[in-house]
Amino acid sequence: MTGLEEAVRHHPLFRGLEPALVHAAVRGATEREAGAGELLAHEGSPADSLFLVLSGKVALQMDRPDGGALTVQTVGAGEVVGWSWLVPPHRWRFDVRAMKASRALVLDGGSLREALQGHPAAGFQFLLRFLPLLAERLENTRLQLMDLHAR
Amino acid sequence: MLADRSTRPPEPAELPSPLAPRPYRVGRVLRETSDTMTLTVRPASSAAIARPVPGQFNMLYAVGVGEAAISVSGVLEGQEIAHTVRRAGKVTEALAELTPGDALGVRGPYGHGWPLDLARGNDLVLVAGGLGLPPLRPVLEAVLSDRGAFGRVEVIYGARTPKDLVYYADLQDWRQRSDLRLQTTVDVAGGDWNGDVGVVTRRLPDARFEPDRTVAMLCGPEIMMRLTAQALVERQVPASRIFLSMERNMKCAIGLCGHCQFGPSFLCRDGPVLPFSRLAPFLSVKEV
Repeated sequence: MTGLEEAVRHHPLFRGLEPALVHAAVRGATEREAGAGELLAHEGSPADSLFLVLSGKVALQMDRPDGGALTVQTVGAGEVVGWSWLVPPHRWRFDVRAMKASRALVLDGGSLREALQGHPAAGFQFLLRFLPLLAERLENTRLQLMDLHAR
Repeated sequence: MLADRSTRPPEPAELPSPLAPRPYRVGRVLRETSDTMTLTVRPASSAAIARPVPGQFNMLYAVGVGEAAISVSGVLEGQEIAHTVRRAGKVTEALAELTPGDALGVRGPYGHGWPLDLARGNDLVLVAGGLGLPPLRPVLEAVLSDRGAFGRVEVIYGARTPKDLVYYADLQDWRQRSDLRLQTTVDVAGGDWNGDVGVVTRRLPDARFEPDRTVAMLCGPEIMMRLTAQALVERQVPASRIFLSMERNMKCAIGLCGHCQFGPSFLCRDGPVLPFSRLAPFLSVKEV
């Protein structure tokens, strides 16, 4: 077992899942370091990665109509970035940019999908852990729309 | 036998009206954001109001326009008091137009403030949203002036955008300190913002405190306070030790008119600071 597979196995998203699924899921995985300001994913480009952020902070950004970037969420150590690898047409819905020096495990989206299909029971367990992250993002976006910080 | 006139209770007409403001003047005006400013006010006569405690509010009277309830955002040397005002209506527009030396009326201080005594010896979590920071600033100033009496201090402050963050100098100062932890977050930001983006509840998991020896003080929009309080309860902070500063339409400020009624409480008299354990049954009831 590689050190990378070991790290993924201990991530909350994968901890305790069937080892065969984890083994298949890390096929093509890499560890990536990014400097402040570095673009990790570009809106509209093929979404073939799931980032497990190990350290630092990354921003989810969209282009403003008048130019420049608009940060809609920041994500830090222990959190994950990217769900478009799971949902067709598998294209990034936003830019992902490191706000400071950051490190992440980058799982290959195609390998992940194959792993989930190949191990349906464990794959379902994985989705049960992954969906709440999406729900939380949606909930937070709703709260931001409600102008939570206004008074 | 006739009563001695020197000891008899005063006739009603001789009592100062509890609704009569005291004459004050503006000391300094500090522009915080495009629509928010901090005014310091000092008495224009010997008839000063009592010294407020953190969490209380005053009724500020813009001469000829009307009154607005404004939280105390600083208790300064002498009898000077700071209030932070956002332009949100006729009265606050008029207050925001005041310049040093201008006259205004002040009555107060009103309500129950933050439970600083309960917080002593405990960890303290302060969570502010938008203009919720001003009522909490005096708490932080009191804590920092007696820092050894408190445990860990976590401050989480959220605003709409980086431009809406108030107390820039204080934030810089607090960020430098090693004896408190400040997390700021905004709803949305440009690419030049290096801080966090997202709602304040997302910052709570990073806050370090011992739940069973923590006192939390929350101030901001009601939904923000409700969700933050729920998140704190999920982290095992007792609801009786989570305090919210509630805002309603304060009119008389002395518990008579009922404009600020919230369930069984008159917030001007019983609040504005109340424990979540008491507020929770009513926070999710529509039109309360």
